[in-house]
Order: sequence, then C-alpha cells, then structure tokens
Amino acid sequence: MADSSAPKPSSSVKLVLLGEAAVGKSSLVLRFVNNDFQENKEPTIGAAFLTQKCNLPTRTIKFEIWDTAGQERFASLAPMYYRNAQAALVVYDLTKPTSLIKAKHWVAELQRQASPGIVIALVGNKLDLTEDGTGSGGDAEDAGGEDSGDARKISTEEAKTYAEEEGLLFFETSAKTGFNVTEVFTAIANAIPETSLKTARGPGASHAAARTEEQRVNLNGPRDPNAKEGCAC
Amino acid sequence: MAQEAAVESSNNGGSSKVTSPSPSPPPLPPRRNVSSDGPAQVAPAQSKPTTAVSSIDISTLSFPDGSRGTFSTSLPRESFTPNAGAYGTPSREAAAEGNLADAMSVMSFAPTMRPHGDLASLVAGGLNRKSRAWNMLRSQSETIQPFESIEFGAPGDLAGFEREFDEIPDDKADDVRMDMWKAKMKHYMILSSAGKPIYSRHGDLNLVNSYMGVVQTIISFYEGAKNPLLGFTAGNARFVIAIEGPLYFVAISRLGESDAQLRSQLEALYMQILSTLTLPTLKNIFIHRPSTDLRKPLEGTESLLSSLADSFTKGSPSTLLGALECLRLRKSQRHAINNVFLKNRSEKLLYGLIVAGGKLVSVIRPRKHSLHPSDLQLIFNMLFESGGIKSGGGESWIPLCLPAFNNRGYLYMYVSFFDGTPDAAFSPESTHQPTAPEPSDNPKWGNTEEQQEGGIALVLISADKESFYDLKEMRDKLAYQLTKAGHLSLIRAAAREGRPRVQSIVPGAHIAHFLYKSRANVQFCMSSLETLSRSSSSDTQALPPPAEMSSSEQPKRLLARRRLMSLYHELHASMHAKHAHLKVLHAVGEDAASLAWITPVFEFYCVAGPNVSRAAMAQGANRIIQWAKKEEERLFIIGGGVF
Ligand SMILES: Nc1nc2c(ncn2[C@@H]2O[C@H](COP(=O)(O)OP(=O)(O)O)[C@@H](O)[C@H]2O)c(=O)[nH]1
Ligand SMILES: [Mg+2]
Repeated sequence: MADSSAPKPSSSVKLVLLGEAAVGKSSLVLRFVNNDFQENKEPTIGAAFLTQKCNLPTRTIKFEIWDTAGQERFASLAPMYYRNAQAALVVYDLTKPTSLIKAKHWVAELQRQASPGIVIALVGNKLDLTEDGTGSGGDAEDAGGEDSGDARKISTEEAKTYAEEEGLLFFETSAKTGFNVTEVFTAIANAIPETSLKTARGPGASHAAARTEEQRVNLNGPRDPNAKEGCAC
Repeated sequence: MAQEAAVESSNNGGSSKVTSPSPSPPPLPPRRNVSSDGPAQVAPAQSKPTTAVSSIDISTLSFPDGSRGTFSTSLPRESFTPNAGAYGTPSREAAAEGNLADAMSVMSFAPTMRPHGDLASLVAGGLNRKSRAWNMLRSQSETIQPFESIEFGAPGDLAGFEREFDEIPDDKADDVRMDMWKAKMKHYMILSSAGKPIYSRHGDLNLVNSYMGVVQTIISFYEGAKNPLLGFTAGNARFVIAIEGPLYFVAISRLGESDAQLRSQLEALYMQILSTLTLPTLKNIFIHRPSTDLRKPLEGTESLLSSLADSFTKGSPSTLLGALECLRLRKSQRHAINNVFLKNRSEKLLYGLIVAGGKLVSVIRPRKHSLHPSDLQLIFNMLFESGGIKSGGGESWIPLCLPAFNNRGYLYMYVSFFDGTPDAAFSPESTHQPTAPEPSDNPKWGNTEEQQEGGIALVLISADKESFYDLKEMRDKLAYQLTKAGHLSLIRAAAREGRPRVQSIVPGAHIAHFLYKSRANVQFCMSSLETLSRSSSSDTQALPPPAEMSSSEQPKRLLARRRLMSLYHELHASMHAKHAHLKVLHAVGEDAASLAWITPVFEFYCVAGPNVSRAAMAQGANRIIQWAKKEEERLFIIGGGVF
C-alpha cells in the first residue's frame, strides 16, 4: 500500500508462525498486516495465509505469511508450512511458562527439519500484561525477574539467553499495543541474506520464486538482529 | 429414485441425517423429471384449488396420543404442538422409545413443557380464549401482525431470552453464576461415557462439573440396564440424550422443540466433532484411554460448537428443514458463473462452492459425488457463524473431515473471501475492469446486512493436502474472471437485495412470513425476517419510546425471530410426528395464525396475524407456492456444475 513510485527490487519471503495456541500469533499478524487488534480473537482454524510488504531502503520484501493454528492435532501438518520457509516466528506468551517449553520444541524441530538457512525469531508476546510493558516505547529489555502483581512468568534474561545460544533473533512484543511488532518483521527482513533473495516476477509467481530462492538460503548469510530499518507498512 | 430418498429422510425429521439429494445420478433432478416420474403424486397437490387446504385440514389430523382427532381453527396453538412433537422420535429409535415409555418412570406425559401448555385448553377448546365479542372486534383487523401483542421483557415463555447469549462472567460468586446458568433456556453438554466433561455451551466446566456428573450417572444407569435413556422432562425443561460411541450428548431445552428436532441438533454437534477428529481417531482415542480428556484434541473448536449451538437456539430454518438456502439468481446468470467456475477448475479440486452470506451461489462437483446438507452446514457455520476464519483476513487452508462424505479421512479446504481488502481480493490486473459500473463493485462496499451475514466466500475443497498453491492460483484466475465479467458485482447486488419480502411476492396477501422447502432439491427459501421484526414493533403500545428503540432493537429482533422459529418448530413437529399423516395444518393462537402444507414436492410453512382467516391464508399460501414454482430455477440450484 505504501508503494513508493521508485521501483525497488522486490522479493518474496515465506514466513511461518509457530507456537502454542493462544499465545498471540494471529494477533501479531493482524497487527503487522492491518495494524489492528481484537480483544477476544477466536482461535485460528487450520492455517491462514496472508501477505504484507515491508519496504527496506534498498528493496521491498513481500512476506508470505503462514499463520498456523498451533493445536496439537495440527502438529503433523506443520512441516507443510515450514518447508521452504525462509523465516519463522516462534511465539510464546511470556505470562505462560508452558508456552516457552513448546516454543523450544518448535525451534528444535525447525533446526532439524526446516531449510538450514531459515531465519528464526523467538518472540515473547503479551508484554502489555507485565509491569514494565505498558508498551508505549518503554524499554522492555530491562525487565528482569517476576515482580509482585506482574503477570510475567518468563524473565527476559531466561528467554534471551536461550535465544542467543540457539542463534535466534529475540523480541518481546505486545500485539495489543503494537509494541515491537513491526520491529520483529523488519529485523527478519534485514536478516534474510541478500544473496538468497530473487526478484519476484510478479504476484502469482511468488510462491514458485520462493521455492527456488529457498535453495540459495542455505548459504546462511550473516544475521543482523540490530537492524534499524523500519517497515514502511 | 432420488426424489424418494429426499422425501423419506425429511419424514424422519432428522436434518443432518438427510441423505444427499443424489444417491444416483442425475443427482439434483430438474423439476420436469420430478413431475414426470410421479405425476400421480404431484398432480393433486398442484392442481387443487385453494379450498383444498381447508378440506384436507380437518380430516387428516391425527396425533400419536390420539387425543385430538379434529381441529377447530380457533384452538390456541399451545394446546397441540409441543407435546405432540416432543415425544416423536426418529424412526431408527422407535423400538427403544416404545420400551422406554412403558418402563421408565422418568418419562412424563404430563404436559409440563410449557407453563401454559394446559390440559384445560386442550380439552375445552375455548376456555381461556377471549370473549366472542372481543374476537369479533379483533377480527376487524386482519392487518394485525403476528406477535404484535408481545411486550418486550414481559413474562412469558421467552422471558429472559434476550440474555440467553450473554457470557456467564468469571468474576461473580458461584451462586450468582449458577443462577445465571440456570436461567438459560437452552443447554448443550457433551461428556465422555467415562464422565469427563468435554463441552458445555454455558458456564465453564468447573461450574457445571457436578451437573455433568449427575447426567453421566443417570445415562450410565440406563445404559447399564441395556435400555438407553432417550429423554425426560423435568419441570418445563425437556432433556434429550444422544449416545454416539464413547460420547454422551445432552440437550436441555425450554423452547418447546421436539425430541426429534433436539436430536438432530445434537447430531450436528457430533458431526462437528467428527469433522475435527474423524471417526477412527475418535474411536482410537477412547479405545486406548477411556478416561481421555477430549478437550485437548478438540482445542480451538469450542467456538464452532458454540456458534452451531447458538444458531439452533436462535432458530435455524436450515437445520429445521434439513435443507440449504441459495442466493436467488437468474438461471442464465447462475449458469454463466458455473461455467467460469468449471473453466478454471484445478485438477486438484473435489468440490468448489461460492457462498454469499450463508447462501449458496454456485457449486461445482464431480459427477459421482454430491454434497450433503449436513456437511455444508458445518462449512457454513465455520465461515459465517464463527469468527475464526473471517476475522483472520487473508486466505485459509483447513484440514477438515466432512462426515457425511467420508467420516474416515480429512479433506483440505481453501477459503478466500472476495470482499476482503482490495489487495487480497483482486489481483492487480483486475483493477481495470471493463464492465460493472455499479457502486456495489467497489470492493469496500458492503451494507450492514451483508456484513452481518458475512460476505462472499470462495470454498475450494481438495483431497490433496499439498494443493494450496494450486487452489490459490485457481482462485486468482476466478477472481479476475468473475470480476471482469461482472459476475461478482451481480452476486453482491443479489446478496444486498436480501430475501424477498412477502409483499413483493404476493402483494396484498396477509402472510407475514413463510418457509418453502423444495424436497427434491433439499433446498429452501424464505421471506425476509426484517419485515417481521419491523412490523412487530410497528404501532402498538408495546413499542418502547423511539429513544429506547435502538438499544432494544437487537434483542427485540432476536426475540421476534425466536417466536417465529418456535412456531415453525411446533408446526414442523406436528407435521412430522410419528403416525401423523398430516398434509395440511392450520392453527390459530393468541398472537399468530399459522399454516403448514406438505406434498411430495414441497414443505411449506407460513405465519400470519392472529385474525387472518384460514381462507385468506390458504390463498396467500397458494400464491406463494405458485411463485416458488415459477421461480424454481432462480431460487434453487438444480444440479450445479458437474465435471
Ligand atoms: N493482553 C494481550 N492479549 C493478547 C496479545 N496478543 C494476543 N492476545 C490475546 O490472546 C488471545 C489469543 O490470541 P491469538 O492471536 O488468537 O493467539 P494464537 O492462537 O497464537 O493465534 C486473544 O484473546 C488475544 O486477544 C497481547 O499482546 N496482549
Ligand atoms: Mg491463531
């Protein structure tokens, strides 16, 4: 929508969201794609496919997003969604300890089964439920342990340490306030190695393009978790 | 052949059990075949003049309990309907029911269904009617609409219905929550035969756990005695129980539905569970661990069960009739849409549907396979009643089992809404479309009714779980071509037009609302509900001051719809009760008159104001039926696109 008149090289990136049910995967997508939030969102049925463009200074990334339902019975279908994916968002709810365990399982599965070059971001969502997470730009990275009256159950330190060990991007977000949401996607866009991107020929050809691109992602280019470029979308 | 199958299943009164209209090709026989197959059956109903209605009326009334052989048209409707229907059961369980009635003391034949379902009025006909003079006065006004006398919030059999769908809050004391729970007029519960709660429409499972335990104990007791409990009455609530393998389904209703009707609702909930799990998976789960908590495997589908349950509680003509509703289109237009659909068909496609606001627009399917109404009901519920797909935006890819098609395996369903964001709905090249200058062609277009009813969905079903991108490509081509040829704007316009008003079909008729089911096609059409709720709030004292109208408009509409649907349920139950060989039934109550008419070709139900004469109703009914006959190929999909 925010297409600038100057034609920039544009490429498609297949991205999959994984994580326990109700951690906020669909809400993160809804925030990213429509800048919207629904308080009592009904659970995703099956999987949803959405697209959203992300304008970087030098190129445009068109995310082709697979938002999966996350329920147990769909687990066997997951490979279909992460196969050929260049990026994955593994989401947990930082007020729910079991969800981080589930997230770690997903990370392990991705590392075993997905394309070797896949860019994985670990995302702790519902930051607004924590005391530090009023979300209006407050620096979440300072948050430490579990304060009294705070719904946070997973400390930033714990998750961050794990993410560093596994070589994942790491963010704490709130789909509700929008805090850090665009940043996650921008960081992923920047972390996808330029060499692995092929200019899409146009809509319709995009998934085919994504499939061929995928073979080159294996080069495993450098990741840049500190990317400052923002999505203009 | 095909026609007989459909007729028979309708007589069973089961909606979800309705067999496909096409056990053998040609699947959806055109009207011409129907009448040539059985002219003897069809001709009398079609050719008799309007007076036929009254002549059949009196002579054919008979009920299972035998208490009411003749009918005066002035009988209050309460006196015959709920109980007659309440004990009717599907034929497959007829034997068990017979035993039960004899053996079980919990079966109550006292008319406890509703507070005023009084024996007195049944016996003495007119005891609690208004005086003759009053009746004469009232008869001056044929224009009085049905349900006009209903005061919103007044005590009565639907008191509190406007709070039926309110959530029971977590943060209240347990006894307060329990009171709220008990005030609900309709409950659905699902539990395992081991007594593990699986689902309750109202209240969290902690709240209702002990009740579930009681229910389980009672059911198990009778099952242990090899004499399954099918239902019982307690106070004014009717309990109906369905046992499906390892699962117990319980419906508790104070809305006066018949056992057969409640049973078909429970059946639909069971179908929803099968649709999530498939039958072999469900069986396996319980074979290996009878104490399994099924909530985990069903996670995320509670909202589907609830939206299904709520559509029954609000009153679903589709479920009642076991039939589908189609979007009214010209035959040539539907034909053209089918052709575009067929032309762009992906190799991977099994079924393709275009659905606008819960109404079928177009179907394409393999010659060998037809679609079952009960499967379509699950799909429509998923798309239009529950928010899971629509609110997500984008496209969906959903593994699901269509139990009537094959309860052993999954199919994969691609769903895309045409009226989403312009970006998602149209490929870029479709923006310069040559035709369709109507404002409705604006992708952002949508009036309140269409938004309420949920937009235009494309549904593509495949047996191949890897076929998403193929079907997506098919969708993109289709979206482009349907837009270019103006079909999409045509569908939007038809959807926006909504259901026809009675007055636009048969000007001057005093009928307020009707349902017409084409039995051969297993489809139905109905008139607009809007007029009813509007007229019922037109010019009576019951009307709240204008200022309050807006806030009370929604519950009022809900209530008006439920009253109408309750009346239809009663009519339907009477017509379909075991041993009731009714062809025509005319009934007059305090607040409405109603008429049901069943032939091998159609089922027709209509409602009018309490003072409309039988002759006037019959005349109106005849005109509507003639209209439906004339419009058949617009109202119904006959055959669909076959490949
Ligand atoms: N407070 C809060 N609630 C959230 C947030 N993200 C999602 N939710 C809520 O959590 C529930 C589950 O969200 P959903 O996006 O459906 O989760 P998913 O199953 O992972 O897709 C919904 O009721 C959301 O409104 C968040 O950042 N903060
Ligand atoms: Mg979701």
